[in-house]
Amino acid sequence: MSKIIVITSGKGGVGKTTTSAAFATGLALRDYKTIVIDFDVGLRNLDLVMGCERRVVYDFINVINGEANINQALIKDKRVENLFILPASQTRNKDALTLKGIARVLEELKKNFDYIICDSPAGIEHGAIMAMYFADEALIVTNPEVSSVRDSDRIIGMLSSKTRRAMQKMPPIKEHLLITRYEQKRVNKGEMLSIKDVEEILAIPLLGVIPESLEILKASNSGVPITYNKETDAGQAYLDVVARFLGEEPPKRKKKGFFRRWFGRKL
Amino acid sequence: MKNKPVLELKGSLLTLMVLNLFNSDNEVIAKALAEKISKAPDFFQQVPIVIDLQALEDNPIILDLSELIKLLRTYGLTPVAVRGGSIEQNEIALNMNLGILNNIKSQTSASQLTEETKIAVTPEILPTKIIRNPIRSGQQVIADKGDLIVLSTVSHGAEILADRHIHVYGALRGRALAGINGDKKAQIFCQQLYADLLSIAGQYQVNEDFPNDLIGKSAQVYLEQDNLIIKEL
Repeated sequence: MSKIIVITSGKGGVGKTTTSAAFATGLALRDYKTIVIDFDVGLRNLDLVMGCERRVVYDFINVINGEANINQALIKDKRVENLFILPASQTRNKDALTLKGIARVLEELKKNFDYIICDSPAGIEHGAIMAMYFADEALIVTNPEVSSVRDSDRIIGMLSSKTRRAMQKMPPIKEHLLITRYEQKRVNKGEMLSIKDVEEILAIPLLGVIPESLEILKASNSGVPITYNKETDAGQAYLDVVARFLGEEPPKRKKKGFFRRWFGRKL
Repeated sequence: MKNKPVLELKGSLLTLMVLNLFNSDNEVIAKALAEKISKAPDFFQQVPIVIDLQALEDNPIILDLSELIKLLRTYGLTPVAVRGGSIEQNEIALNMNLGILNNIKSQTSASQLTEETKIAVTPEILPTKIIRNPIRSGQQVIADKGDLIVLSTVSHGAEILADRHIHVYGALRGRALAGINGDKKAQIFCQQLYADLLSIAGQYQVNEDFPNDLIGKSAQVYLEQDNLIIKEL
């Protein structure tokens, strides 16, 4: 059974596209046939983060409008088998997304893929609603700060009211909380909300915590999803997220000990 | 040039003076009327007046309506309509250019009666709205009749409103407005008070004004002489 998963947040800049790329790559590395769709029409970014921007010929909107068939628009990832990208159009805007068109494309993709990852645009408008509408599960990407948490809360409300599952009275979308850009140091200083605070306010199951990492910026800029770099905290954290998503219980990552914290990474 | 409409017909509620008659003897009426009007003769000049004959319905002596209308006109009043008259009296009124108004009294008494019997048979039960899921930022839940009970949390930026009481069994972080139709006896009860705003029958307080020691506590909110009181439960 193919599953549609939306990566959403409400707020911008919290790591939706990074997560979409890393999560989709992680699933593909586990041999699931995965496609990631960029719903951010007009602000095409996913192909950059995935390092395939120079191979975009046709895009999602072309397929919706029937100007290209799905196979012409799909871009096969060069690093891992089973991973495909459906890029957004940079020249159009979100009004080009129609429910009917999206439904048709998704139906087509369901035949061939295990997981369909929808990278939502920020905001709560048309584009975000289109991205979440057909979802079976949702990853809510949240930074440990109040505005991001509030926006996520709003998005969770929309998941349970504005989507196909809500409107057709089907079982609700399964929600997962993903906290990104987390810094224990700043939490200890009281500058950042703790995991517990965020969990308490949003009241949905926590799938994982991605630490703030310079490696992510590097990964995005070089177009290599962070999941390939298991040596980094963030890369490992995304792999753990994928494992937990697939129902496994990955080993608890030990927090750095006293000495290690004291002497930094040199030890 | 704008196309202004030439005219407009609209229903309107007006305050009209009504002359209720309890005696059908024109002489007695004339005397009583003279006495009333002599107290403030200017006040009655050109005043439109409705003649109400309902009380005379069962009176054996038939009032001479045309005489009465003439009498009122001599005092400067302007009779405009008759209400509760017999068929003959209505005929007279129409002939003298007066309107006929519906006999509202008997109608209301009749409807009052049915209403009362209805209440007696099935006492009105106000429906309570029970919400089990969390109410998220941007969502609004209204119980426009009766109470609202929320078994989960109400997030910051969410809004819950009720005609009567509000109960929240999770954390209350959003806005809670009870007694939205003016019920000053409505109250708010919650397990963990972090609300953005609390209001009862329009009297409100924002979070900053809450007593500090009550934040996060279970609390009861009610009105006392139009002042919003927040008290620990």
